Amino acid sequence: MSQVNWNQYACRDYFDELIAAPGQPRASADELCSMLARFSAEELAERKTAADIAIRTMGITFTVYSEGAMIDRAWPFDIVPRIISAREWRKTEAGLKQRVKALNLFIDDLYHDQKVVKDKVLPAEVLAQSVNFRPQCVGIDPPHGVWAHICGSDLVRGADGTLYVLEDNLRIPSGVSYMLENRNVTKRVLPELFASGKILPVDDYVAQLYDMLAAMSPRSGDDPQIVVLTPGIYNSAYFEHAYLAQQMGVELVQGSDLLVDEHDVVYMRTVEGRRRVDVIYRRVDDEFLDPEVFNPHSVLGVAGLMRAWRAGNVALANAPGAGVADDKVVYAFVPELIRYYLDEEPLLPNVPSYLCMFEDDRQYVLEHLDELVVKPANESGGYGMLIGPRSTKETREEFARLIEANPRNYMAQPTIALSTTPTLAGGLPQPRHVDLRPFILSGPDIHVTTGGLTRVALVEGSLVVNSSQGGGSKDTWIVETDEQDVDSVEQSGGGRHAVTSR
Amino acid sequence: MLSRVAENLYWMARYVERAEDTARLLSVNSHLMLDLPRNLPLGWAPLIEMTGTLAAFRERFDTFDEQSVVHFLCADTQNSSSILSALASARENLRTTRDVVPREIWEEVNHLYLGVADHAEHGVSPRRRDAFLKNVIRSCQTLTGLIEGTLSHGPTRTFIELGRQLERADMTTRILDVRSASLLPKNPEELLPFENLQWMSVLKSLTAYQMYRQQVRLRVRGPDVLRFLLQDPHLPRAIACSLETLAHELQWLPRQDRVVATVALVRADVIDADIQALAHSPSKLHAFIDELQVGFARIHDTLSATYFVNSEEVPRVTQRQGQTQSFGAEEEGD
Repeated sequence: MSQVNWNQYACRDYFDELIAAPGQPRASADELCSMLARFSAEELAERKTAADIAIRTMGITFTVYSEGAMIDRAWPFDIVPRIISAREWRKTEAGLKQRVKALNLFIDDLYHDQKVVKDKVLPAEVLAQSVNFRPQCVGIDPPHGVWAHICGSDLVRGADGTLYVLEDNLRIPSGVSYMLENRNVTKRVLPELFASGKILPVDDYVAQLYDMLAAMSPRSGDDPQIVVLTPGIYNSAYFEHAYLAQQMGVELVQGSDLLVDEHDVVYMRTVEGRRRVDVIYRRVDDEFLDPEVFNPHSVLGVAGLMRAWRAGNVALANAPGAGVADDKVVYAFVPELIRYYLDEEPLLPNVPSYLCMFEDDRQYVLEHLDELVVKPANESGGYGMLIGPRSTKETREEFARLIEANPRNYMAQPTIALSTTPTLAGGLPQPRHVDLRPFILSGPDIHVTTGGLTRVALVEGSLVVNSSQGGGSKDTWIVETDEQDVDSVEQSGGGRHAVTSR
Repeated sequence: MLSRVAENLYWMARYVERAEDTARLLSVNSHLMLDLPRNLPLGWAPLIEMTGTLAAFRERFDTFDEQSVVHFLCADTQNSSSILSALASARENLRTTRDVVPREIWEEVNHLYLGVADHAEHGVSPRRRDAFLKNVIRSCQTLTGLIEGTLSHGPTRTFIELGRQLERADMTTRILDVRSASLLPKNPEELLPFENLQWMSVLKSLTAYQMYRQQVRLRVRGPDVLRFLLQDPHLPRAIACSLETLAHELQWLPRQDRVVATVALVRADVIDADIQALAHSPSKLHAFIDELQVGFARIHDTLSATYFVNSEEVPRVTQRQGQTQSFGAEEEGD
């Protein structure tokens, strides 16, 4: 007996990724939804069990710190994929490429002439107070002028169906291994749907990553020595570091495995002796990268690495200092930066943002604290935020004081009604909120992953998609459809004062 | 292969071997104690001596009674050479390098450690002790089997084998040293009471009793046991055999000349030893075993300088605590 009845699926309150209206799957999701509707309860449960077993045997884990010990937890995964039509994705992809291109030009400019400040596109005080600007990087010319080789941009869809960029992670974005593994699991669990060939593949990422890294090598030759630098097993993303190293067939190293000699050349210690290293995909934060230059107490980094990088003897991805553009206040200027550097209109809108450093904006924010999300400029992982609609009077007053004291450090955005997508809960598909993190590789060419990592808040009504806080993930399908996509929504422009989406 | 990975594998193997050998010692001693009359001045103290933990033990306990010694060697987290500590170190070393070995090997190490930790928490009672020790030995043997049966020949396997053989040779010399001090008669024709039984226990702690019977075909006498455990080329736990395996494994590694030469020197010492002379003089034997242990330390240092620390560099002091604590290091404090 069939279990899933799309007529009863509650998708009225939010934009749903798969179901346009009760009983009406979107064109790109038609095949999947019909299949799920044909499944009996047992069959659905079997598929879910198959996924759980696959995740355990494939050893897909993430590390959490709990009760004084580090433990590997199985990756929380939902079998119902999130689907985006290829038509919409092509536009999104173009928008992401445009965005990352501008961001790299921007970072390069900041570490050279700072034209963007001289031309008054970016206020000097924004740069002056940036905690991620690294004076040690001024004047350096990384290969191809690229600083953020790997970018993970978070996209969210609002109630009107528009995809907004929520933030750009330009330091050491993680999650791509889960995107790849989610696909491997889904292929095992729902093989029928892959037969038609409409689902675009994702597995060229590792090869593109390798090629991009190889192209950065300071030495000519076909066999550059590439390594992945990890902080070690206690890092929450260690699984990913090991996974990427293994998939690319390169060494996974820790700081203590590397040394820089008096000629500023980087070597790794192997049983054959020293071997020269050309390219380092580093997953260690800037501040811990080189105790000679940054945090002198760091044991995760390599003494002299910055010397070697400055001398052009080794390539680093991402380049130190790239995080200067990974700042919630700088974020608000990205549409302007696109216009400034590329002379193009932004293809992807920002979430409207209010910058407290501007008097008008500050006034608006202070008057609407109960409906806005207030974010400090340089925190990540949701720390130090005020979520207006869920805040108390006391915290709002506290934030008002914080904002008055240091306006440059705060920005605010309207709360976005995140889109939902069908997710198994209690044996039935239920709407759960999702976001999307595509990864963009910038080398001689720019590549965007086909889709990205969809993170889902597994708890009903929750907006928290973080895996350490009850979030999970699911496979993301970019599907070719024959007909004109009825779901597509006109992209609105991305001015920072656009009308809120609520 | 990265030097760090090689070093971790080497130590992992040493610690697993150490856990197994300690379990063997305890198991055999338990049985021996049951057979011997109460007034014999043996007891449990020799085990502490053999494992080189005398100073650490005295800090914590006043007497070498059964309960203290067994707890100290099985489950004491403050004793870095206890079975529990050794397995914890083995697990830590493998944890960072688990990607280079088949998954089952990591699972077995993990499972063994967790089982022992659980057991230790509840105390190792005399009644359950035998099963506990047998389980440790069997699980270590399972690991050896997994390595033998599933791990490709290559640097990973070589470094594991090097660690195992060196630790094994070291442990065999310790057993010989401590046991012979009390067992070798001043006059070789004289038969000490229970001597036979005790030499049998030495053989049994190395699971070498049946092999001795088959190969030596004599009654169990000190000098013959000594020759068998030092020089037999076929018994896996004989020192000559361990050194032979070491030399054999080294041929798979690059830049091995210095290590091979060091091993050859120690091996020559063993092969050329005058067993009759050693068997007649406990002090000569003791000096000889000291010499061997210095040789093992030299092999370790050469291995370390060649593969773990880059030989082009000034050797650095390794800071990883627990890894460098070999038995020898602790004895120096005695």
